[in-house]
Amino acid sequence: MTQKLDVLQETASQTAGPYVHIGLMPTYAGNGGYYEEEIGTTPFHDESKAKGEIVEIVGSVFDGTGWALRDAMIESWQCDAAGVFPGADGADPAFTGHCRFAADAVTGEFTLRTVKPGSYKGRGGVESAPHISLWVVARGINIGLNTRIYFEDENNDDDPLLKRIEQRPRVNTLIAKKIEDGKYRFDIRLQGQDETVFLDL
Amino acid sequence: MTSLITDQGPLIPRNRAIHPEPYDPNYKTSVSRSPNLPLLSMESSPSEETGPTFGHNKLGALDNNLILNWTKGAAPAVGERILMHGRVLDENNRPVPNTLIEIWQANAGGRYRHKKDTYFAPLDPNFGGCGRTITDENGYYEFLTVRPGAYPWPNRANDWRPMHIHVSVYGHSFGQRLITQMYFEGDPLINHCPIAATIKDRSSLDRLVAPLDFSKSRPLDFLAYKFDIVLRGRRQTMFENKLEGM
Repeated sequence: MTQKLDVLQETASQTAGPYVHIGLMPTYAGNGGYYEEEIGTTPFHDESKAKGEIVEIVGSVFDGTGWALRDAMIESWQCDAAGVFPGADGADPAFTGHCRFAADAVTGEFTLRTVKPGSYKGRGGVESAPHISLWVVARGINIGLNTRIYFEDENNDDDPLLKRIEQRPRVNTLIAKKIEDGKYRFDIRLQGQDETVFLDL
Repeated sequence: MTSLITDQGPLIPRNRAIHPEPYDPNYKTSVSRSPNLPLLSMESSPSEETGPTFGHNKLGALDNNLILNWTKGAAPAVGERILMHGRVLDENNRPVPNTLIEIWQANAGGRYRHKKDTYFAPLDPNFGGCGRTITDENGYYEFLTVRPGAYPWPNRANDWRPMHIHVSVYGHSFGQRLITQMYFEGDPLINHCPIAATIKDRSSLDRLVAPLDFSKSRPLDFLAYKFDIVLRGRRQTMFENKLEGM
Protein backbone atom coordinates (compact mmCIF):
# COMPACT_ATOMS: atom_id res chain seq x y z
CA MET A 1 0.00 0.00 0.00
CA THR A 2 1.05 3.55 -0.60
CA GLN A 3 -0.26 6.94 0.45
CA LYS A 4 -3.25 8.24 -1.47
CA LEU A 5 -2.80 10.99 -4.04
CA ASP A 6 -4.71 14.23 -3.43
CA VAL A 7 -5.74 14.64 -7.06
CA LEU A 8 -9.14 13.94 -8.59
CA GLN A 9 -9.74 12.31 -11.97
CA GLU A 10 -11.21 14.43 -14.72
CA THR A 11 -14.87 13.78 -15.58
CA ALA A 12 -15.12 11.61 -18.70
CA SER A 13 -16.33 13.18 -21.93
CA GLN A 14 -19.41 11.94 -23.80
CA THR A 15 -20.50 12.83 -27.31
CA ALA A 16 -22.34 16.12 -27.76
CA GLY A 17 -24.88 14.12 -29.79
CA PRO A 18 -27.13 15.16 -32.67
CA TYR A 19 -29.01 17.82 -30.71
CA VAL A 20 -26.06 19.84 -29.37
CA HIS A 21 -27.43 22.94 -31.09
CA ILE A 22 -30.58 23.12 -28.97
CA GLY A 23 -28.38 23.47 -25.91
CA LEU A 24 -25.60 25.69 -27.18
CA MET A 25 -26.99 27.49 -30.27
CA PRO A 26 -30.77 27.64 -29.69
CA THR A 27 -31.46 30.19 -32.43
CA TYR A 28 -29.64 28.04 -35.00
CA ALA A 29 -31.70 25.05 -33.78
CA GLY A 30 -34.94 26.94 -34.45
CA ASN A 31 -35.58 27.83 -30.81
CA GLY A 32 -34.82 31.55 -31.13
CA GLY A 33 -35.72 33.79 -28.23
CA TYR A 34 -35.01 31.08 -25.66
CA TYR A 35 -32.41 33.24 -23.97
CA GLU A 36 -32.30 37.01 -23.84
CA GLU A 37 -28.64 36.94 -24.86
CA GLU A 38 -27.09 33.90 -26.54
CA ILE A 39 -23.47 32.88 -25.85
CA GLY A 40 -20.82 33.10 -28.55
CA THR A 41 -22.94 34.20 -31.53
CA THR A 42 -20.08 36.53 -32.49
CA PRO A 43 -16.55 37.12 -31.17
CA PHE A 44 -17.19 40.86 -31.12
CA HIS A 45 -18.70 43.14 -28.51
CA ASP A 46 -18.60 45.81 -31.21
CA GLU A 47 -17.21 44.84 -34.62
CA SER A 48 -17.02 48.46 -35.82
CA LYS A 49 -14.56 49.29 -33.02
CA ALA A 50 -12.46 46.11 -33.11
CA LYS A 51 -8.78 46.66 -33.88
CA GLY A 52 -7.05 44.79 -36.69
CA GLU A 53 -8.16 43.07 -39.87
CA ILE A 54 -11.60 41.45 -39.98
CA VAL A 55 -11.40 38.09 -41.75
CA GLU A 56 -13.84 35.39 -42.80
CA ILE A 57 -12.84 31.75 -42.68
CA VAL A 58 -15.05 29.25 -44.51
CA GLY A 59 -14.76 25.50 -44.58
CA SER A 60 -16.35 22.12 -43.94
CA VAL A 61 -15.77 19.22 -41.58
CA PHE A 62 -15.39 15.99 -43.58
CA ASP A 63 -15.76 12.46 -42.23
CA GLY A 64 -13.66 9.51 -43.37
CA THR A 65 -15.86 8.91 -46.40
CA GLY A 66 -15.42 12.50 -47.64
CA TRP A 67 -18.93 13.56 -46.61
CA ALA A 68 -19.24 17.04 -45.09
CA LEU A 69 -20.88 16.82 -41.66
CA ARG A 70 -24.15 18.75 -41.47
CA ASP A 71 -24.29 18.61 -37.69
CA ALA A 72 -20.80 19.68 -36.54
CA MET A 73 -20.52 22.47 -33.98
CA ILE A 74 -17.27 24.36 -33.55
CA GLU A 75 -15.97 26.81 -30.96
CA SER A 76 -13.05 29.17 -31.49
CA TRP A 77 -10.78 30.96 -29.02
CA GLN A 78 -7.99 33.37 -29.91
CA CYS A 79 -6.04 36.45 -28.94
CA ASP A 80 -6.76 39.89 -30.39
CA ALA A 81 -4.91 41.57 -33.26
CA ALA A 82 -2.16 42.70 -30.87
CA GLY A 83 -1.58 39.18 -29.47
CA VAL A 84 -3.41 39.84 -26.17
CA PHE A 85 -6.01 37.36 -24.92
CA PRO A 86 -9.41 38.83 -23.97
CA GLY A 87 -9.60 39.24 -20.22
CA ALA A 88 -5.92 40.19 -19.91
CA ASP A 89 -4.75 43.76 -19.28
CA GLY A 90 -4.68 45.79 -22.47
CA ALA A 91 -6.90 43.45 -24.49
CA ASP A 92 -9.13 44.99 -27.17
CA PRO A 93 -12.40 45.80 -25.34
CA ALA A 94 -14.41 45.37 -28.57
CA PHE A 95 -13.41 41.70 -28.94
CA THR A 96 -14.40 38.59 -26.92
CA GLY A 97 -12.11 36.09 -28.67
CA HIS A 98 -14.74 33.33 -28.51
CA CYS A 99 -17.27 32.22 -31.11
CA ARG A 100 -19.61 29.31 -31.72
CA PHE A 101 -20.48 28.36 -35.27
CA ALA A 102 -22.08 25.40 -36.99
CA ALA A 103 -21.89 23.53 -40.25
CA ASP A 104 -24.82 24.55 -42.44
CA ALA A 105 -27.61 21.95 -42.21
CA VAL A 106 -27.92 21.86 -46.03
CA THR A 107 -24.40 22.44 -47.40
CA GLY A 108 -22.19 21.51 -44.45
CA GLU A 109 -20.21 24.75 -44.82
CA PHE A 110 -19.30 26.94 -41.84
CA THR A 111 -18.20 30.57 -41.67
CA LEU A 112 -16.19 32.18 -38.89
CA ARG A 113 -16.05 35.98 -39.01
CA THR A 114 -13.42 37.29 -36.63
CA VAL A 115 -10.27 39.38 -36.18
CA LYS A 116 -7.03 38.04 -37.59
CA PRO A 117 -5.04 37.24 -34.44
CA GLY A 118 -1.58 38.60 -33.67
CA SER A 119 1.38 36.54 -32.55
CA TYR A 120 2.26 36.17 -28.87
CA LYS A 121 5.15 35.00 -26.72
CA GLY A 122 4.51 32.01 -24.50
CA ARG A 123 6.50 30.13 -21.89
CA GLY A 124 10.24 30.58 -22.33
CA GLY A 125 9.66 33.64 -24.54
CA VAL A 126 8.93 31.46 -27.57
CA GLU A 127 6.83 33.25 -30.17
CA SER A 128 3.84 31.51 -31.73
CA ALA A 129 2.67 32.32 -35.25
CA PRO A 130 -0.85 33.83 -35.38
CA HIS A 131 -3.48 31.14 -34.90
CA ILE A 132 -7.05 30.47 -33.80
CA SER A 133 -7.80 27.48 -31.55
CA LEU A 134 -10.77 25.31 -32.52
CA TRP A 135 -12.80 22.68 -30.66
CA VAL A 136 -15.01 20.44 -32.81
CA VAL A 137 -17.94 18.44 -31.42
CA ALA A 138 -20.71 16.40 -33.07
CA ARG A 139 -22.59 13.13 -32.92
CA GLY A 140 -20.01 10.35 -33.26
CA ILE A 141 -17.19 12.46 -31.77
CA ASN A 142 -16.75 10.99 -28.30
CA ILE A 143 -14.32 13.61 -27.03
CA GLY A 144 -14.09 17.12 -28.53
CA LEU A 145 -11.32 17.49 -31.12
CA ASN A 146 -8.83 20.34 -30.72
CA THR A 147 -7.01 21.85 -33.65
CA ARG A 148 -5.69 25.24 -34.82
CA ILE A 149 -6.06 27.54 -37.82
CA TYR A 150 -2.83 29.18 -39.02
CA PHE A 151 -2.68 31.52 -42.05
CA GLU A 152 -0.73 30.95 -45.26
CA ASP A 153 0.14 34.66 -45.56
CA GLU A 154 1.93 34.70 -42.19
CA ASN A 155 5.40 33.44 -41.31
CA ASN A 156 4.78 30.02 -39.77
CA ASP A 157 8.37 28.76 -39.98
CA ASP A 158 9.27 29.07 -36.30
CA ASP A 159 5.96 28.21 -34.68
CA PRO A 160 6.69 25.78 -31.81
CA LEU A 161 3.64 23.61 -32.48
CA LEU A 162 4.00 23.39 -36.26
CA LYS A 163 7.70 22.54 -35.83
CA ARG A 164 6.68 19.43 -33.86
CA ILE A 165 4.80 17.87 -36.76
CA GLU A 166 7.09 15.15 -38.07
CA GLN A 167 5.45 14.56 -41.46
CA ARG A 168 5.93 18.00 -43.02
CA PRO A 169 3.08 17.73 -45.55
CA ARG A 170 0.68 17.40 -42.61
CA VAL A 171 1.54 20.98 -41.54
CA ASN A 172 -0.64 22.10 -44.45
CA THR A 173 -3.72 20.65 -42.75
CA LEU A 174 -3.48 23.47 -40.18
CA ILE A 175 -2.97 26.34 -42.62
CA ALA A 176 -5.90 28.35 -43.98
CA LYS A 177 -5.61 29.14 -47.70
CA LYS A 178 -6.27 32.70 -48.80
CA ILE A 179 -9.05 32.79 -51.40
CA GLU A 180 -9.42 36.58 -51.62
CA ASP A 181 -8.59 39.63 -49.52
CA GLY A 182 -9.86 39.00 -46.01
CA LYS A 183 -11.21 35.56 -46.88
CA TYR A 184 -9.68 32.15 -46.18
CA ARG A 185 -10.61 28.48 -46.58
CA PHE A 186 -9.96 25.95 -43.83
CA ASP A 187 -11.33 22.41 -44.17
CA ILE A 188 -11.19 19.88 -41.36
CA ARG A 189 -10.77 16.19 -42.22
CA LEU A 190 -11.61 13.87 -39.34
CA GLN A 191 -9.83 10.84 -40.82
CA GLY A 192 -8.29 9.38 -43.94
CA GLN A 193 -6.29 11.14 -46.62
CA ASP A 194 -5.08 14.60 -45.50
CA GLU A 195 -6.41 13.95 -41.99
CA THR A 196 -6.20 17.17 -39.96
CA VAL A 197 -3.61 17.27 -37.18
CA PHE A 198 -5.58 17.11 -33.91
CA LEU A 199 -4.03 18.25 -30.68
CA ASP A 200 -3.56 17.00 -27.13
CA LEU A 201 -2.29 20.05 -25.24
CA MET B 1 3.22 43.28 -31.06
CA THR B 2 3.37 40.55 -28.44
CA SER B 3 2.56 40.26 -24.76
CA LEU B 4 3.72 38.10 -21.89
CA ILE B 5 1.14 36.04 -20.03
CA THR B 6 1.21 35.61 -16.25
CA ASP B 7 2.31 32.00 -15.77
CA GLN B 8 0.11 29.82 -13.54
CA GLY B 9 1.68 26.62 -14.83
CA PRO B 10 0.67 24.39 -17.73
CA LEU B 11 -2.45 22.22 -17.73
CA ILE B 12 -2.00 18.72 -16.34
CA PRO B 13 -1.85 16.47 -19.43
CA ARG B 14 -5.16 14.77 -20.14
CA ASN B 15 -5.40 11.13 -19.01
CA ARG B 16 -7.14 9.78 -22.10
CA ALA B 17 -7.53 6.32 -20.54
CA ILE B 18 -10.47 7.58 -18.46
CA HIS B 19 -12.15 9.12 -21.53
CA PRO B 20 -14.20 7.28 -24.16
CA GLU B 21 -12.49 5.54 -27.05
CA PRO B 22 -12.84 7.85 -30.08
CA TYR B 23 -13.37 4.81 -32.34
CA ASP B 24 -15.96 2.30 -31.16
CA PRO B 25 -17.76 0.15 -33.78
CA ASN B 26 -20.75 -0.37 -31.47
CA TYR B 27 -21.40 3.38 -31.72
CA LYS B 28 -21.58 3.36 -35.50
CA THR B 29 -21.25 7.08 -36.21
CA SER B 30 -17.88 7.13 -34.44
CA VAL B 31 -16.40 4.81 -37.07
CA SER B 32 -16.06 7.49 -39.77
CA ARG B 33 -15.71 10.46 -37.39
CA SER B 34 -12.71 9.38 -35.29
CA PRO B 35 -9.13 10.30 -36.28
CA ASN B 36 -6.96 7.40 -37.47
CA LEU B 37 -3.69 9.12 -36.65
CA PRO B 38 -2.35 9.87 -33.16
CA LEU B 39 -3.00 13.27 -31.61
CA LEU B 40 -0.07 15.69 -31.40
CA SER B 41 0.77 15.88 -27.68
CA MET B 42 2.58 18.94 -26.29
CA GLU B 43 2.70 21.05 -23.16
CA SER B 44 -0.19 23.51 -23.09
CA SER B 45 0.37 27.09 -24.22
CA PRO B 46 -1.45 30.39 -23.56
CA SER B 47 -4.01 29.42 -26.23
CA GLU B 48 -5.17 26.52 -24.01
CA GLU B 49 -4.44 28.17 -20.64
CA THR B 50 -6.73 31.15 -21.22
CA GLY B 51 -10.40 31.09 -22.08
CA PRO B 52 -13.61 33.09 -22.36
CA THR B 53 -15.39 34.39 -19.27
CA PHE B 54 -19.11 35.02 -18.92
CA GLY B 55 -20.73 37.41 -16.48
CA HIS B 56 -23.98 36.91 -14.58
CA ASN B 57 -25.36 39.84 -16.59
CA LYS B 58 -25.83 37.55 -19.61
CA LEU B 59 -28.17 35.26 -17.68
CA GLY B 60 -31.91 35.58 -17.15
CA ALA B 61 -33.64 34.79 -13.83
CA LEU B 62 -35.23 31.56 -15.16
CA ASP B 63 -32.26 30.33 -17.21
CA ASN B 64 -31.55 27.49 -14.73
CA ASN B 65 -35.22 26.54 -14.30
CA LEU B 66 -36.18 24.24 -17.18
CA ILE B 67 -39.63 23.65 -15.69
CA LEU B 68 -40.50 27.28 -16.37
CA ASN B 69 -37.98 28.86 -18.74
CA TRP B 70 -39.56 27.84 -22.08
CA THR B 71 -42.85 29.57 -21.21
CA LYS B 72 -41.06 32.44 -19.40
CA GLY B 73 -42.80 31.36 -16.22
CA ALA B 74 -46.32 31.06 -17.63
CA ALA B 75 -46.84 27.30 -17.22
CA PRO B 76 -44.81 24.38 -15.84
CA ALA B 77 -43.46 21.44 -17.87
CA VAL B 78 -44.84 17.91 -17.55
CA GLY B 79 -42.75 15.29 -15.78
CA GLU B 80 -41.10 14.17 -12.58
CA ARG B 81 -39.68 17.32 -10.98
CA ILE B 82 -35.99 17.08 -10.07
CA LEU B 83 -33.20 19.27 -8.78
CA MET B 84 -29.87 18.61 -10.49
CA HIS B 85 -27.09 20.04 -8.35
CA GLY B 86 -23.39 19.65 -7.73
CA ARG B 87 -20.03 21.25 -7.77
CA VAL B 88 -17.37 21.95 -10.38
CA LEU B 89 -13.84 21.13 -9.16
CA ASP B 90 -10.47 20.79 -10.84
CA GLU B 91 -8.07 17.85 -10.64
CA ASN B 92 -6.29 19.59 -7.76
CA ASN B 93 -9.57 19.37 -5.78
CA ARG B 94 -10.12 23.12 -5.93
CA PRO B 95 -13.56 24.60 -6.66
CA VAL B 96 -14.05 26.22 -10.06
CA PRO B 97 -16.09 29.38 -9.36
CA ASN B 98 -17.91 31.62 -11.85
CA THR B 99 -17.87 29.18 -14.73
CA LEU B 100 -20.68 28.65 -17.23
CA ILE B 101 -22.61 25.35 -17.23
CA GLU B 102 -25.14 24.69 -19.99
CA ILE B 103 -27.46 21.67 -20.15
CA TRP B 104 -29.89 20.23 -22.70
CA GLN B 105 -32.17 17.21 -22.56
CA ALA B 106 -35.24 15.37 -23.87
CA ASN B 107 -38.63 15.97 -22.26
CA ALA B 108 -40.30 13.54 -19.87
CA GLY B 109 -41.42 11.38 -22.80
CA GLY B 110 -37.95 11.17 -24.35
CA ARG B 111 -38.43 13.75 -27.13
CA TYR B 112 -36.10 16.67 -27.92
CA ARG B 113 -37.34 20.02 -29.17
CA HIS B 114 -35.33 19.65 -32.37
CA LYS B 115 -36.60 19.44 -35.93
CA LYS B 116 -34.66 16.23 -36.56
CA ASP B 117 -36.22 14.39 -33.60
CA THR B 118 -39.32 12.55 -34.89
CA TYR B 119 -39.92 10.13 -32.01
CA PHE B 120 -43.58 9.22 -31.26
CA ALA B 121 -43.50 10.88 -27.84
CA PRO B 122 -45.11 14.32 -28.23
CA LEU B 123 -43.44 17.63 -27.58
CA ASP B 124 -44.46 19.26 -24.32
CA PRO B 125 -45.65 22.78 -25.21
CA ASN B 126 -44.27 23.95 -21.87
CA PHE B 127 -40.78 22.45 -22.16
CA GLY B 128 -37.83 23.71 -24.24
CA GLY B 129 -35.14 21.45 -22.84
CA CYS B 130 -32.17 23.68 -22.16
CA GLY B 131 -30.79 25.75 -19.33
CA ARG B 132 -27.64 27.48 -18.11
CA THR B 133 -26.10 28.87 -14.97
CA ILE B 134 -22.82 30.08 -13.51
CA THR B 135 -21.16 28.34 -10.55
CA ASP B 136 -21.01 30.31 -7.29
CA GLU B 137 -17.80 31.33 -5.52
CA ASN B 138 -17.41 27.76 -4.19
CA GLY B 139 -18.11 26.04 -7.50
CA TYR B 140 -21.71 25.00 -6.71
CA TYR B 141 -24.57 25.03 -9.23
CA GLU B 142 -28.27 24.02 -9.41
CA PHE B 143 -30.87 23.36 -12.09
CA LEU B 144 -34.56 22.67 -11.62
CA THR B 145 -35.88 20.41 -14.38
CA VAL B 146 -37.91 17.28 -15.14
CA ARG B 147 -36.41 13.84 -15.42
CA PRO B 148 -35.82 13.16 -19.13
CA GLY B 149 -37.35 10.03 -20.66
CA ALA B 150 -35.34 7.21 -22.20
CA TYR B 151 -35.71 6.90 -25.98
CA PRO B 152 -34.77 4.63 -28.90
CA TRP B 153 -32.23 5.77 -31.50
CA PRO B 154 -31.01 4.47 -34.84
CA ASN B 155 -27.75 2.60 -34.27
CA ARG B 156 -27.89 -1.18 -33.89
CA ALA B 157 -31.33 -2.70 -34.45
CA ASN B 158 -32.78 -1.91 -31.01
CA ASP B 159 -30.66 0.61 -29.11
CA TRP B 160 -32.05 2.88 -26.38
CA ARG B 161 -30.49 5.82 -24.62
CA PRO B 162 -30.71 5.74 -20.83
CA MET B 163 -32.21 8.81 -19.20
CA HIS B 164 -29.52 11.50 -19.47
CA ILE B 165 -28.84 15.22 -19.39
CA HIS B 166 -26.15 16.71 -21.65
CA VAL B 167 -23.73 18.99 -19.77
CA SER B 168 -21.30 21.56 -21.22
CA VAL B 169 -18.67 23.26 -19.00
CA TYR B 170 -15.99 25.87 -19.75
CA GLY B 171 -13.76 26.09 -16.68
CA HIS B 172 -11.31 28.99 -16.86
CA SER B 173 -9.30 27.92 -19.88
CA PHE B 174 -10.08 26.62 -23.37
CA GLY B 175 -8.07 23.44 -22.66
CA GLN B 176 -10.55 22.52 -19.88
CA ARG B 177 -13.54 22.61 -22.22
CA LEU B 178 -15.76 19.58 -21.66
CA ILE B 179 -19.08 18.14 -22.82
CA THR B 180 -20.42 15.10 -21.01
CA GLN B 181 -23.70 13.43 -20.02
CA MET B 182 -25.25 12.83 -16.61
CA TYR B 183 -26.98 9.49 -16.05
CA PHE B 184 -29.36 8.53 -13.23
CA GLU B 185 -28.71 6.04 -10.43
CA GLY B 186 -30.44 2.72 -10.97
CA ASP B 187 -31.25 3.14 -14.67
CA PRO B 188 -30.94 -0.39 -16.17
CA LEU B 189 -30.40 1.02 -19.68
CA ILE B 190 -26.93 2.40 -18.77
CA ASN B 191 -25.43 -1.08 -19.08
CA HIS B 192 -26.98 -1.57 -22.54
CA CYS B 193 -26.00 1.80 -24.02
CA PRO B 194 -23.25 1.79 -26.68
CA ILE B 195 -22.54 5.50 -26.05
CA ALA B 196 -22.02 4.97 -22.31
CA ALA B 197 -19.93 1.91 -23.27
CA THR B 198 -17.47 4.02 -25.28
CA ILE B 199 -15.96 4.64 -21.82
CA LYS B 200 -13.92 1.53 -21.09
CA ASP B 201 -12.92 2.40 -17.52
CA ARG B 202 -15.91 1.37 -15.38
CA SER B 203 -15.09 3.72 -12.47
CA SER B 204 -14.94 6.59 -14.94
CA LEU B 205 -18.41 5.70 -16.26
CA ASP B 206 -19.72 5.31 -12.69
CA ARG B 207 -18.69 8.92 -12.04
CA LEU B 208 -21.22 10.02 -14.69
CA VAL B 209 -24.07 8.41 -12.73
CA ALA B 210 -25.79 10.85 -10.37
CA PRO B 211 -27.01 9.42 -7.06
CA LEU B 212 -30.43 10.20 -5.64
CA ASP B 213 -29.82 12.81 -2.91
CA PHE B 214 -32.52 13.15 -0.27
CA SER B 215 -30.52 15.87 1.52
CA LYS B 216 -31.49 18.28 -1.26
CA SER B 217 -34.89 16.84 -2.10
CA ARG B 218 -37.75 19.22 -1.18
CA PRO B 219 -40.75 17.48 0.42
CA LEU B 220 -43.91 17.53 -1.69
CA ASP B 221 -42.01 19.24 -4.53
CA PHE B 222 -38.93 17.62 -6.12
CA LEU B 223 -36.33 14.84 -5.82
CA ALA B 224 -32.64 15.72 -6.12
CA TYR B 225 -29.69 14.18 -7.95
CA LYS B 226 -26.07 15.18 -7.34
CA PHE B 227 -23.62 15.54 -10.20
CA ASP B 228 -20.09 16.79 -9.50
CA ILE B 229 -17.86 17.66 -12.44
CA VAL B 230 -14.05 17.56 -12.43
CA LEU B 231 -12.12 19.64 -14.97
CA ARG B 232 -8.42 19.52 -15.80
CA GLY B 233 -6.11 21.19 -13.28
CA ARG B 234 -2.87 23.16 -13.58
CA ARG B 235 0.56 21.83 -12.68
CA GLN B 236 2.02 24.00 -9.95
CA THR B 237 5.16 23.21 -8.01
CA MET B 238 7.44 25.10 -5.67
CA PHE B 239 9.93 25.07 -8.51
CA GLU B 240 8.51 28.24 -9.96
CA ASN B 241 7.53 28.28 -13.61
CA LYS B 242 9.73 30.80 -15.34
CA LEU B 243 8.84 32.69 -18.46
CA GLU B 244 12.40 33.25 -19.65
CA GLY B 245 15.14 30.62 -19.46
CA MET B 246 15.07 27.80 -16.92
